[in-house]
This record gives sequence, C-alpha cells and structure tokens, in this order.
Amino acid sequence: MAMKIGADQFKERVDKGIHDSFMRGAVAGAQDGMSTKRRNATEELGNWEDWRSHGEEIRQHVLENLDYYLEQLSENVAKRGGHVFFAQTKEEANEYIRGVVQKKNAKKIVKSKSMVTEEISLNTVLEQEGCEVIETDLGEFILQIDDHDPPSHIVVPALHKNKEQIRDVFAEKLGYEKTSKPEELAWHAREMLRKEYLSADIGITGCNFAVAETGSFSLVTNEGNADLVTALPKTQITVMGMERLVPTFEEMEVLVSLLTRSAVGQKLTSYITVLTGPREELDVDGPEEFHLVIIDNGRSNILGGEFQSVLQCIRCAACINVCPVYRHVGGHSYGSIYSGPIGAVLSPLLGGYDEYKELPYASTLCGACTEVCPVKIPLHNLLHKHREIIVEKEGKAPISEKLAMKAFGLGAASPTLYKIGSKIAPAAMNPFTVGDKISKGPGPLKAWTDIREFPAPNKERFRDWFKNREKGDKK
Amino acid sequence: MMTGTIQNRDKFLNQLANRLDRPRKSTSVERPKWKFQPQLEVLKGASQDELLAVLKEQCKVIHTSITVTDSKNLSSTINEVVSNYGGGPVVTWKDERFSKWGLDSLFKQEWPDQKIDLFEWDLSKGEENITKAEKANVAITISEITLAESGTVVLFSDQNKGRTVSFLPATFIALVPKSTLVPRMTQAAQKMREIHQTTGHVASCINFITGPSNSADIELNLVVGVHGPVKASYIVINDL
Repeated sequence: MAMKIGADQFKERVDKGIHDSFMRGAVAGAQDGMSTKRRNATEELGNWEDWRSHGEEIRQHVLENLDYYLEQLSENVAKRGGHVFFAQTKEEANEYIRGVVQKKNAKKIVKSKSMVTEEISLNTVLEQEGCEVIETDLGEFILQIDDHDPPSHIVVPALHKNKEQIRDVFAEKLGYEKTSKPEELAWHAREMLRKEYLSADIGITGCNFAVAETGSFSLVTNEGNADLVTALPKTQITVMGMERLVPTFEEMEVLVSLLTRSAVGQKLTSYITVLTGPREELDVDGPEEFHLVIIDNGRSNILGGEFQSVLQCIRCAACINVCPVYRHVGGHSYGSIYSGPIGAVLSPLLGGYDEYKELPYASTLCGACTEVCPVKIPLHNLLHKHREIIVEKEGKAPISEKLAMKAFGLGAASPTLYKIGSKIAPAAMNPFTVGDKISKGPGPLKAWTDIREFPAPNKERFRDWFKNREKGDKK
Repeated sequence: MMTGTIQNRDKFLNQLANRLDRPRKSTSVERPKWKFQPQLEVLKGASQDELLAVLKEQCKVIHTSITVTDSKNLSSTINEVVSNYGGGPVVTWKDERFSKWGLDSLFKQEWPDQKIDLFEWDLSKGEENITKAEKANVAITISEITLAESGTVVLFSDQNKGRTVSFLPATFIALVPKSTLVPRMTQAAQKMREIHQTTGHVASCINFITGPSNSADIELNLVVGVHGPVKASYIVINDL
C-alpha cells in the first residue's frame, strides 16, 4: 500500500465516508473517548504547557542539526555491528531491503506497525519477491486479512470496522468459528501469530525515536508485538523517517511521555523497548543481523522551508482525535495513510498538490489541532499556508471558489455594483428559496446546499436596516 | 564485534545541510540548555514509601496485581503468587540475586518436589531457552529500575537474561526491590545515560514493561493479553 489510498476522487471519498453511519458513529465515539483520555492524562500533570514547550524545543533543535545527529546515530549503530542504509527515495529503500531479503533467502516476514513502511509500499515489494508478509499489530492484521483494507487512523488503524465485520472476515479468511467477542477474536489472532513469530526469517519494524548518542531506537506498543518481531527472527530491519530521532535517552524519555499521553491517554504504554544493535555475542535471543534504513522520501524538501515544523510530528494522532472534519468524513476520505489535520498538512508535501490539493480545504481552521499538538506544530496555520500556495502559486483553487471570488471582487470593487448586487440578491435567489432557506442552490452554492441549507438573503439589506434604525423608526 | 556498514551517507546528509542553507555539521553540536524541564517536577522529593503508595495506586489502572513483602517472606510469597496463577512451568533468568535472596530452596527443592517445572535461562542450551519460555506459564524477572508514576518495571537483557522471558510465558512476574523505585521514566533515562557514559555500553534490549499485553484495536474495547503475557504481577520487597 502506498501513501495514496483508493482511486476515488476526493468528493467521492467524502461522500462514502459521510454515508457510512457505522463508521461515523465509531469515529465520533473514538474521538470522544480518546480525547477525554488525552485531556485527563495531560491535565493531571498540571504543567502540560511546559511539557509541550519542551517537546517543541527538543524537536526544533534536532531538525536544525539533523545532519549532525544522523551522522552520530549511524556511527553508533555501525559500532554496535548494525548496518545503516541512507535512502533518499522509496525506491532506494525498497531496493536495499529487497537485497537483504534475497541474501537471507527469506520466505516469511513478520512486521510490527509502521507508517513509514506503508508510505514506501514495502509490503508490495516484499510480496513481489515471493515473501509472505504478516502484520502483527492486531488492527493491521485485521486490515491485512481483509484484502488489504486501508488504515483509517494512525493509532487505531481498523477503527472503521465493527466486531461483526471482523468476525465475518476471520470466518471467511481464517476459518474462525467463534463469536464476535473482542477477547475471542484477539485470542485467535494471538494463537495464529505466535506460530508466525517463531517461524519468520525476518522481522521488520518502524521506529518511534532513534537515539543518536547510543545508536539505539525505541518502539512503543501496548500489544508487545514489536518485541516478538525483534526478538525471534534472525534478521531485523528497522525503517525510520529521517526526522525521528533525539540526541540522548533523556530527550527520548520526554518524547515517549508526550506520545503515550497524547495518543492513548496512558502514562506509558505496556511496552516501551529500547534496542541497540543486533544481539550481543553470547545472547540467545534477539536478531543476529540488524539493518537500519533511514528514509528521506521527500522530507528534505520540507526542511529549511516554511513547513519545516511539520517534521516535529511524533505521530500521536491527537490532532486527528479532535478534528471536527475527520469526525464527519473519516480517515479514508483523505486518500492518504496520513489522515486528519496532520495528514492534510503532510500529504500534499510528500505526495504533491496535484494529488492532495483538496486536503488543506478539509478543515474549518478552528485550530483545535494546534491546541492539542504535544510538540506545538501550528497545524491550522500550515493548512492556511497551503491554501495560499494553492491559490496564489499553483492556481489550483476550486473552480467555484475562483468564480465566486472573481464575482465578489468585481462586485465589491464598485459601490454601485455592490449596491445593485445586494439589492437584487433576494429576488435572484427567490426561485431557490423555500421559507427563509435555500436547499437546492445554483452554481457555487450547490456544494454547500448538497449537505445543508443556506439561509436566504434577507429581504432588508443591512445598510437599509441601519439607515432606518438611525432614523429612529426601528429598535 | 564487527563494525557494520554505512551506505549512501554523504550524499544524503549533504542534501540536508544544503536545505538548511549552511555547511555540513560533523563536529560536536552542544545540546542546548533546555528552557523547560517539567519532567523533573513529577513526584519531586518523594520518599520511597510515598513512591510505593503511588505505584500501588497505578497498578490498579494497569491491570497488574501487587504484593508487598520482605526478604524473609519472599520465598513463600512467590510460591503463593505462582500457585494462584496455576503453577508451572516457570522460567527465570540465570541471576545470582535469586540465590542471594534465599530462593534456592523454593526453586531447587520445593517446586521440584511439587512437580512444578522450573527452567533457568542457560546460554549453552541455545534455542531450547525459547522453546521452554514459549511453553512456560509463569516468568520471573527482576526490575532494575521501577517507575512509580506509570507503574513500570525496567529490565536489561544480557546473555543470562533473555528478552523473550518477559514476552512468551502467559504470566509475567517482576520482583521489585523497593530501593529501585524512582519517580518516573526521567530517572531511568538519566541512569541509562550514566551507565553508557561510565561503561561505554548499553544493553542490547532494555524493556520498560507496564502491566500485561493489551489492545484496543477492536471497537476500542480493551482486550488484555494479546501477544505477550495475559497477566502481570509485581512483588515488592520492602527491605531491599
């Protein structure tokens, strides 16, 4: 699966999302639940703003010195016997990983959840190599056996599915015969996946935070799947976005704390694992061979520019959990594995405006995302910046907006035209007006009235009302 | 240990320096003096007893049972906790502290007499360690650093302390000397850094474990026991 998901146009995706009532209910419930947990977990600290400021200063310092810290990281990984490959493109990354797979003659690969491997379509490449690729995170596992249904949330990828749907998929694909109780479904997955960990040739993980000073990296899960992925297969490959690192364990700790509280409202998740190199000489478990693949894939174009702060992201999804637009349209509407406000900022940067020009408009600019971001990314300002670029430099503003703006520009530029325009508005809209509402608007209004009513122009203009009021004959 | 390979680095890092509009930085970059350090304020100045009280409360949140005992009663406490979980097979690290804490008679006499199978990690036995851990009902480990705030035990792997011991068995038990209690992850990170700076070494696997394995991936319902242990228990040793 690439960063782009589905072939539908933006409007069709949104239409599907808006009419999927289970998904909308699930998303609304999840948003409320997760936001409440996040709020409790952050408020109990009493000085959450200081935590956010510390997160921000750490991330900004790393980005400003990214070349230095990546060099230090790679030196220290190599010192511990690990192999480091710097990949500027996803093709380079996939080619290197393909090489490792071939050298190891690997047939079975277990993976723990990783957005960056989704971004580079690694699974497709591995499957073309003839490998069986098994996602071990429960949510990812569910999506994978359901013919690669795309994820709809960064942290809870199968959020859009209910347990009956999951039971049906398990029954069809895995011969599952029990009920839709989550415990029974999870236990079935556990028993299947145990065998896979023990027989896999390679384990592949993402990376939450690498630590430059020691050449370590951390993995954050509740299930413990990443631990089995990295403990049992003989070869381990870890793929990291180039910005996901910190100077020392001390900063790692702060970012992990920000992540777990913001993502799931936990003080820490069940398992936080810090791995350094392959197993040591006499160790019995852990990988014999370790490869770290550091990926640019468009990130360096963001560095040094006006969107640099988006690289501060630690993938907690707090912004997704408070977004009113995500609440209504769901994750798949974004057409990218990165959904919600962070997705609307990041996807056009990594995937281009041609593909993702609508996303910066899928926002009310209410700023709730910016308020909850644990590393203080000014998300709604960045969305606004995207819109400026789309309109001014790319000339890609939605056509109805262009027409409306042109008309308004003409009309507002001349006092006479403005006067006439506002005077004839009620009459012009009359054919479309029922009571004081327009529910089937023409032209640029149509997009609005497709989903809600628009108030009809008032018969009395503000200017007239004001004039009359000044005269004293109205209250 | 053989040094690993590094490929494609210069081209990649030059591009970053280029984007940042400055020459490449290869020499030491000083970590700035951070303006904010809120992590140092959490449970600042708390006594070991206060930290223990926090740990106990937190265990309720993380689905973990906690028993407080002393070294005199450690053996009988472990016996009781293990039998409550249905007995063996038990797997442990090879760690001289078990013997030092008076557990030899439990491990080497009482349990074998009761036909409770105990397997001690043994590097000479290779893969058999993993097979045994996979079949075990209970794992017994020792926390090196214990985080009161989050209810977390910290384990360092080595040749005698396999990392899979904490993940493959159905039940996870950590022995927690009270002296290992610290306020939060901050102090553990400082200690890890200090160990690295004094010995030049970091354990290949450091686990921060907070209760049993769980998932909320199905309709956000919490399921305890997904890939790793289904149950978790801490035994705090008051006088250690």
